[in-house]
Order: sequence, then structure tokens, then C-alpha cells
Amino acid sequence: MSASKTMKKIGSLLCAGLVMLLPATVFADYKLNMTPSVTAVGQDIYNLHMIILWIVTIVGILVFGVIIYSLINHRKSKGVTPATFHESATVEFVWTVIPFIILVIIAVPATKTLLAIEDTSKSDITIKATGWQWKWEYEYLDSGVRFFSNLDKASNEARQVKSGKDPRKVENYLLDVDNPIVVPVNKKVRILTTSNDVIHAWWVPELAVKRDAIPGFINESWFKAEKTGTYRGQCAELCGKDHGFMPIVVNVVSDSEYSDWLAKQKKAAADADAGAGKTWSKADLMARGKEVYEKNCQACHMANGEGGGPFPALKGSKVATTGPVAAHIDLVLKGKGMMPPFGTQLNAVDTAAVVTFERNAFGNNTGDVVQPSQVSK
Amino acid sequence: MSDHKPTGIKRWLFTTNHKDIGTLYLWFAFTMFLVGGAMAMIIRAELMQPGMQVVDPLFFNSMTTMHGLIMVFGAVMPAMVGFANWMVPMMIGAPDMALPRMNNWSFWILPFAGTMLVSTLFMEGGGPAFGWTFYAPLSTTFAPKSTDFFIFAVHMLGFSSIMGAINIIATILNMRAPGMTLMKMPLFVWTWLITAFLLIAVMPVLAGAVTMMLTDRNFGTSFFSAAGGGDPVLFQHVFWFFGHPEVYIMILPAFGIVSQIIPTFARKQLFGYASMVYATAAIAFLSFIVWAHHMFTVGMPVAAELYFTYATVMIAVPTAVKVFNWTATMWKGAMTFETPMLWAVAFVFLFTIGGFTGLMLGVAPADFQYHDTYFVVAHFHYVLVTGAVFAIIAGVYYWLPKWTGNMYDEKLGKLHFWLSTISVNVLFFPQHFLGLAGMPRRIPDYAIQFAEFNFMSSLGGFAFGLSQLLFLFIVIKCIKGGEKATDKVWDNPEGLEWTVPSPAPYHTFETAPQIK
Ligand SMILES: [Cu+2]
Repeated sequence: MSASKTMKKIGSLLCAGLVMLLPATVFADYKLNMTPSVTAVGQDIYNLHMIILWIVTIVGILVFGVIIYSLINHRKSKGVTPATFHESATVEFVWTVIPFIILVIIAVPATKTLLAIEDTSKSDITIKATGWQWKWEYEYLDSGVRFFSNLDKASNEARQVKSGKDPRKVENYLLDVDNPIVVPVNKKVRILTTSNDVIHAWWVPELAVKRDAIPGFINESWFKAEKTGTYRGQCAELCGKDHGFMPIVVNVVSDSEYSDWLAKQKKAAADADAGAGKTWSKADLMARGKEVYEKNCQACHMANGEGGGPFPALKGSKVATTGPVAAHIDLVLKGKGMMPPFGTQLNAVDTAAVVTFERNAFGNNTGDVVQPSQVSK
Repeated sequence: MSDHKPTGIKRWLFTTNHKDIGTLYLWFAFTMFLVGGAMAMIIRAELMQPGMQVVDPLFFNSMTTMHGLIMVFGAVMPAMVGFANWMVPMMIGAPDMALPRMNNWSFWILPFAGTMLVSTLFMEGGGPAFGWTFYAPLSTTFAPKSTDFFIFAVHMLGFSSIMGAINIIATILNMRAPGMTLMKMPLFVWTWLITAFLLIAVMPVLAGAVTMMLTDRNFGTSFFSAAGGGDPVLFQHVFWFFGHPEVYIMILPAFGIVSQIIPTFARKQLFGYASMVYATAAIAFLSFIVWAHHMFTVGMPVAAELYFTYATVMIAVPTAVKVFNWTATMWKGAMTFETPMLWAVAFVFLFTIGGFTGLMLGVAPADFQYHDTYFVVAHFHYVLVTGAVFAIIAGVYYWLPKWTGNMYDEKLGKLHFWLSTISVNVLFFPQHFLGLAGMPRRIPDYAIQFAEFNFMSSLGGFAFGLSQLLFLFIVIKCIKGGEKATDKVWDNPEGLEWTVPSPAPYHTFETAPQIK
């Protein structure tokens, strides 16, 4: 076969390859590629990803092109006699050196990007993110604001086994939380990750941060979002039963909105402290207790308080009915066996409310009203 | 020469014959492949639609865990040892393995280890649900009681592998026929020789890791607990020091099988035999010094991240050499496409795709986005399913006539190939998109934006799973009868195995052949 004919063949093969790439544009509604980032470093990562993707695509088209050409033309049914050539120092040298050169081309931008990612100096805000089975705790180290972030209620209801609820009708299914973290735009936010139990990983694709949260150790990472908006991510390291249900939501807002939000958080914390001193009505305690229960207890003890599997029922249980109130409070604060201690997560009002709720809901009807003052830590 | 041997169950229980033991290994591997495959079907059924329809999240986690463990330790590794048992003595002109009684033992440990591993699913608290990588402290402080049985099973699997490896090395180094110099050995023998050294080097490391887990769990040590002065990340270093070479333990013999098949059907000798041997050795060496690329997000010093990036991408060089060699072997050959060749060619294409994504994952800054997503799942299934498993299937079709004396049904073989190859791509290719779009791995439920590709992937998964039942049918049909195979089976294949009758007699090469 003449050289020009060969080239023509290869050319048509290449076109065929490109046509196969077309569905990518047809499917534009579906996300096929890496999520673009709203940070400069994230954009560098994206570009690096595209460089490598293009390199392997081109290499792939060339190598596969040669193989396909060979598969079509070098077959016995075409009456060819097999060639006998083998071993060639030149060819083998060339095809060892070329991949090496390509690797060097990749290594240069990779090194630059990596050095930028790992430069956590000169941050404006530091937030500590602690992984819990299965929620995130955030602490703004500069301002003392601290809260827990759970999977939102609608997702949590729909994601129960055979819940009968259609997840497609839940907005941001599995990617929404009750308390998102809020950060100002164009500020360098340092995230310290650690864990209270097993290893988790804090990941928000659009912020291009993924860092393991390891019990007993603190990891550093950072982002500087250049666009306001809501960015969603998930825990990325298998952390047990509900690993798939501890999302991360970051609201990037303007400076003024951020300071408003901070002020509100601080006031809420102060109110909670004040609330601990006052005497609450049963109705208020029950309402608040129901909320606390749904967020913290329901996953194991179930909505009807009947528990299930290894998780004991609260309905009609000794602890939640005839047993002493103090022991009930103690159990909530300190945990027992598989039940984690809630003392670090619930304040006195929440604890009083949830104990009141548990002693009166599910037909327990003890009539007990527990005040925050009874909860001593 | 008489084929005298006990009959019935005793033949299999007490056998020291390399062919019998090879057969046992291969059937055990296939059984575990179906068990692990059934678990994959449960996983894909749950992931077919958003919401939780089939299993609860904890059971889902134990399915992903057991699927991985069973496929790695129960299916792929024993299948490769089965090939080694059957083919290595025949390829080097040896009458049997060097240590036949140990050979019996190393096989018969496996069914017990496998049973113990699977039995954990029925224990109180459920089976292991911490991923096949069993990171501490999820696998220590926070693991179910059955974990101690899992540890024992891993120890037994390790014993079996180490004994198998010792046997293969002893056989290859001591029992070659006169004139069979090292550089004349078939490539499959070479890849297994190197694999066996990898096994001996890293299985004890795995044993160390699970032993530390055992003492952390039961005897108050704190290797992996910061509260007692230990470090959870230490576990990952130890695990991946085993785990990365483990990947090559599964793929190097696959390279060997494909390097036997392609020259036969291209009717042309392997382009660069020596460079294939050196490339295999280079990959094996590099596999020891790149382990931490599996853990870029644990917070290593930047210098370590750079080092592990550079070392990792270096693996692309010897791997590329291999792919180029297969290509050059096909080039200007006179190819025919019997079933083994189809699987081998598909291996070259699809393994290369897995290699490309492997290169992408090896670059630390990009890996921060890919890590622990479905992109990784897609990558290692391209390498292990369309890589290792495709090579195993190719090898079975290639040598089945030699083993049984009958030709398999070529039409059904081709049907099996096309069904599997199309469905496996429908199964795994969309997972690249899912990972890039941000779907984490090991989750039982997902956000709505991932629904379409998961649905597609599940359909591909069911089709791929069903196709393997066809494989079982084809193999049984071939054992029962079929067109008689000639001694050479194929059109002039290279190698001593084709000089003995088909089926290969119970004892071969009792007098050593002379190699020119
Ligand atoms: Cu987590």
C-alpha cells in the first residue's frame, strides 16, 4: 500500500474517532467533565486535568488508530503473509523516551499547582471542620461561632429505606443541610479538618478542596472563592453506615452579609445562654424537643420511638418513663455503648427539651417537665 | 506411562498433581467470581435509582467490602495461580511443581478461608462494612465483632498465596528442561516469576497490618489510634505498601497471558521479548515505591506529594512499552480472530484506557478532585475487569482445548465476548462521568444529577453479570465434549505445551524435553 493511501486511511480513522466524541456535546445537559471551580487554584486544577485529558486522548487516538488500522489490514483473510521483524533498538528507544518526555510536560504544571494548593499561609478566616458519624461540626476560630451541620430534613426523610417519598421531588436531594457554613467572598478561608471518631473527608468540588478529617490529627487546606453562591459537597471517605448522608454546604456571600450572619450567630448563642437560666413552658419544650429529636435521635430510635435492630425503643422504656429524670439526662449527655455522648453537641436547653419530649411523646405521657437548670454538665 | 490416580473425591482432596490443583484453583476462582458478582448485582440494583429501595446502608457497605475482597483474594488471584499451576510446568518442560504436597495445602486452605470470610455476613452485627481497604479506625474501634474472623481469613489467604509463590519460584528456578534458559522462557512464566517475588515481599506486610488491627481491637495496643500515641494514617501506609504491589500481582500474569495469545493469532513472534521482560521487572520495582499515591488527601508534606507524583507517573513508561510491543506484534502479522484473540485485543484497548486514567490519578493536584469518587471506581474496574479478568477469560479459551481435549463452541465464545465487551463498557464508562461530576464512591444513594448515568451503569452491570453465566455454560459444554482438539490446537503456536497431546496427559515431561 502506498504511503499516501496509508495516510488517507489513518485520516479517515481519526475522523471516525472524533465523531465518536460528538455525543459529548449532545449530552451537554449531563455533566461529563470535571466541575469547574470558583477559586483560582481550583481553576488551575481544572486546567491541569484538561491538559492531561487531552494528552491521553491524543495518545489514545494515535495508538488505537494504529491498532485498528492493523486489525483491519493485517489479517490472514486478506491473504497477507506475516512479517518476521522483531526487536529494534531504535524503535524501542524512541517509544521509551517519548512517554518520558510527555511525563515531564505534565509534571511542570502539576508541581506549580501543588505548591499553590499547599500554601496555607496568610489566611483571613479559619474554620475548624470536625467530622462526626454522621454530621459536620464547624467552629469559626476567629469569632467563636460553633454549630453542627446535619443532612436537611426533607432529604433525610426521603432517604430512609423504602420511605415511599420520591427523592426526585426533594430539592438538592442529599446535598442540603440544616446549617450551612457562611464565608465571605474573595477572602482566604483556611479549613482545619479533624474528626471525632473515624476518618472522614471534607470535599466541595467547586471549591476544589478535599482533605481527610483524621481523629487525633489536624489537616490544613484553604480556598478563596471568587464568586458568591452556594457550593455543595459531601464526605468523601467511607465513614460507616451513613457515609453517604453527611453533605457539606458552603454559602459564599458578600462581606456585609457575612458580618450580619456572624452577628446573628453570636446573638443566637447569647440567647441560648440566657434561655438556660429561664423557666420554659411545657409546650415550648415539647416543640423544641421534637426538633432536637428529629435531628439527633430519630436516625436510630425512629420517628415512632420504637427503635429497631440494635437500637432500643424509647416508647414505654424504663429510662424514658418511670426511671429518674437525672438518669435520663445523664444517658443523653454521656451516651452508652453505640450511642454517642450528646453532651458536646446539645446545650442545656436542647437537652432539657429533648428529655421532656421523650418522656411525653410516643404515648409515654409521664407529664414530666425538665428545665434547663436541671441539666448540669 | 500410566495415568494412575485415586478416583472420586479422594482424587481431588489428596491430589499433588499440578493439573488437578490448577483445575481446583480455577473452579474455586470461578465460584468466587460468581459470589462476588452476585454482590455487585446487589450494589448495582440499589444504585439503579436514587432513594433506598433494596438494602439498608450498612448492608450496602458490607456488599461493597465483600465484593472487593472476594474478587481480589477469591477470584483474580486464585485464577492466576490456577493458570500458573497448569501452565508453568508444561511451559518449562517440568513434570510437575517443585513442591507438590505444599501445592495441595496451598489450595485447600482457600475454600476454608473463603468460607470464613463469607460467613461473617451472617454474624451478629453484620459482616465487615469498612471497604476492602479496611482503613482504621473504622475497621478497629468502630468495626463489628465479625472483623476478627475477617482478620483470620486474611491470614489464611496470605499463607496460601505465600506458599503458592514459593512453589512457583522453586519450580521456575529449579525445574526448567535442559536448554530452557531464563531468557527463553515464555513471557507468561516470566511474569509469574516476578509476581511470585512480589507476593513473597508484600503478603507478610498485609499480615502485619491485620495483626496490628487484631491487637488494637483485642489486646489494648494503639498502633492506629491517636489517643494511645498511634496514628490512623500509619495503617494506610502499611496497607498500601502491600496494596499497590497487589495491583501488579493481579495484572502482571494478565500481561503474560496476553503476550502468549497475541503472537499466536498474529502468526508473528512477540516484537520485543527482552524489553517485555525488562518492562515487567521495572513495573514490579516501581510498584514498591509509589504506594502513597492512594492517599494524597491524608495531609502529607508537599515534598512527599511531589515525590509520589513523579514516581507514580513513571510507571507509565514501562506500561507504554508493553502496549507498544503488543501493537508492534500485531503490526503486519496475519491475524485471525478466534475467541481468545478477541479477548486479548479487547484487553489491549480497555486496559490502556485504565492506564490513561491511572496516569491522571497519579498527578497529586488533579487527584485531589478525583480521589474517592466514581472516577477511581471506573479506573480500577477498567484495569481489573477489562484488564485482569478479560485476560483470565482469554487464557481459559486459549488453553481450554489443551486442558479438555475438546474445542469450545466458537460461536458461543464470540457471543460471550461481544455481550461482555459491550456491556462492560456500558457498566463502567459512565462511571468516569459520575466521578468527574462529583459522585463519591461507596455511597448507597446519590443526588438526582447522578441518576441517568447510574441507571445506565446498572443496566450494563446486569447484562455483564448475566453474560458470565454463558461463560459457565460454554466451559461445561467444552468439558463434556465437542470437536476433538489437535495437539497444536491453533495454527502453529509457540511453546512446549503444544507439543504434548490434547488433552494433556496426567503426567507430562517425565523425561525432560531438549530445548535448542
Ligand atoms: Cu464521613
